[in-house]
Amino acid sequence: MVNYKIVNEKMKTIFYVIQKEFIQVKRNKVMLRMIVMIPLLQMLVLVFAATYDLKNVDIFLVDKDLSSTSRELAGKLEASPFFTINNTSFDPEDGENELLRNADDMVLVIPRGFERDLIRDDKASLQILVNAIDGQAAQLGYSYAASVIRDFNKNIIAEWKGLPEFNPPYQINTVSRFWYNSELEYKWYMAPGVLAILVTLIGLFLSGMSLVKEKEQGTIEQLNVTPIKKIQFLTGKLIPFVVIALFDLSFGLIIAKVVFNLPIVGSLGLVFGFGILYLLGILGLGLLISTVADTQQQVMFVTYFFMMIFILMGGIFTPVDSMPHWAQLVNEANPVFHFMKVMRMVVLKGSNFGDLIHEFVALCILGFTFLSLAVWRYRKTA
Amino acid sequence: MISIQHISKSYKEVQAITDISLEVQKGELFGLIGPDGAGKTTLMRILMTLLIQDEGTATMNGFDIIKDYKKIRNMVGYMPGRFSLYQDLTVEENLNFFATVFKTTVSENYDLIRDIYIQIEPFKKRLAGKLSGGMKQKLALSCALIHKPEILILDEPTTGVDAVSRKEFWEMLKNLQQKGITILVSTPYMDEAMLCNRVALMQKGKVLDIDTPRNLVDGYTRKLYAIRSNDMHRLILDLRSYEKTDSAYAFGQYLHVTGKDDEVEATEFENYLMRKNHEDLEVHDIAPTIEDVFMELLQDTIV
Repeated sequence: MVNYKIVNEKMKTIFYVIQKEFIQVKRNKVMLRMIVMIPLLQMLVLVFAATYDLKNVDIFLVDKDLSSTSRELAGKLEASPFFTINNTSFDPEDGENELLRNADDMVLVIPRGFERDLIRDDKASLQILVNAIDGQAAQLGYSYAASVIRDFNKNIIAEWKGLPEFNPPYQINTVSRFWYNSELEYKWYMAPGVLAILVTLIGLFLSGMSLVKEKEQGTIEQLNVTPIKKIQFLTGKLIPFVVIALFDLSFGLIIAKVVFNLPIVGSLGLVFGFGILYLLGILGLGLLISTVADTQQQVMFVTYFFMMIFILMGGIFTPVDSMPHWAQLVNEANPVFHFMKVMRMVVLKGSNFGDLIHEFVALCILGFTFLSLAVWRYRKTA
Repeated sequence: MISIQHISKSYKEVQAITDISLEVQKGELFGLIGPDGAGKTTLMRILMTLLIQDEGTATMNGFDIIKDYKKIRNMVGYMPGRFSLYQDLTVEENLNFFATVFKTTVSENYDLIRDIYIQIEPFKKRLAGKLSGGMKQKLALSCALIHKPEILILDEPTTGVDAVSRKEFWEMLKNLQQKGITILVSTPYMDEAMLCNRVALMQKGKVLDIDTPRNLVDGYTRKLYAIRSNDMHRLILDLRSYEKTDSAYAFGQYLHVTGKDDEVEATEFENYLMRKNHEDLEVHDIAPTIEDVFMELLQDTIV
């Protein structure tokens, strides 16, 4: 009975801190707007804009052969949905200038005697110049073009040898199916990643600002002379941020479902369970920054630094598997990496808890470390 | 009630307070008087367990400020120099919040704060940040009293508050004292020193003197003159270069001047200044105030 009373007292204190935090958020019009606008903008803008689907490669064609074969090849390229023949000329230099001006992405040079060589020597060469400033796009564009030319090549051989087009000679056929995202919908790949960033952003900034705001306003001074336990105070401060971040996660998921028709294969319980675990770590980190910093400006700088590293390393744009080995090791300490993986695995693949043990353990360790560092570093005495 | 022994504290190279010892009796209204940088805030923050002293010990109501800091926090009310309540919470919300944090309720201790709170109650739905300076002080005092402290520590509570509110505030302090609360208050205003039972005059981290304000003033035996003329700036320069002047400093509309020895007569100053072509000259004796005492002590420490 006595115990119950003590517990009750403690809960009451935490409850009042929570209530205080919510009132303060409610009165902060900018904060309120951010909580609603960030998920909206991130989901609608970032997911759409950050697409790697290849569309619209502009080709500059230099056809010096002007034969039926060269024209047929040009026609094949034009017929593909990825390529547009933008300009033609007889001088390859014009093409190079166009590349310089960024007006075209690729120059295809068909040399004089292309058809003749093909007939006489059974082989002929083509030249492709690709603007490779964006390496990934260049690679993709080149391999698409190469595959169109390879197809064309195969058909031409078949034609000349008098074989029917659809019954080519000995040939290995690869039948591939893309699993978990069968239509290679890039938005579906992006959406869970952007959701992870969303939760990170909200959690890290809110918690980072929280203590430092009390420091700037001097309220920490008044609080520090009260008998409130630091655990009570920090718990009371963190719970509202967990609630707000989870609200934004649900909001983002709804947008993804409604706007992109994102298939949510796995269990939502798992998504939110991991969300809470992840937030404990992120809020712990935010609090740690907040205890060390003296002004909101300092918090902004430090938080931004961590955000950049976490997100770029975490594999939102570039697959972590293709990073150097050391970077993959560093990523073990990157909570965003683990959470993004969980989000993609659960949402797109329907992975269950058993598949996510590694991430679970990693997030537990990170969360425990950040939180205990923050609690240890926060002192009621200066 | 408060016992401070040989407390020193430095921040890196700056020595904030040096070897401070003083005793505050139960039920006393004790003032720390001194200019900015005298170390008043540092001393209070050490007592409030917000800072840890480098040397020395202190107890409040018998509890050590280091070992029993938890008991201290429950027993002492503190009002920091800067307004430290939540500006984006209302008057009522602030009061309820701090009451809960101290594990009590507003109604439980309403008796103690009634006289003060009643004045701000009409604005209880207003955000604390939107209150006037005087109102803020009253709210802060209410919050500092919400857990029925035995000791109240107030760091420059009247700085930046208008004259009427200052007067009201000191009346509130007197009332609280009558309810048996021991009060330690700091102020840079000399006139407020007279309202304390005893004061410690502080300068550059040291206590210059501790006594009742009456005794301090009575202890001042120098002959003091108030002098003014139509050109105050030239007046102070001329007086300071006069060989018979010991000290001359501005005090309101007059200069307060002492002679090298107390034999120097008013007429001597008058004649000297007339030779210097001062017009509308006025020289007369004046009874010392606490500020004169303080200036005298300051001069002694500088020499």
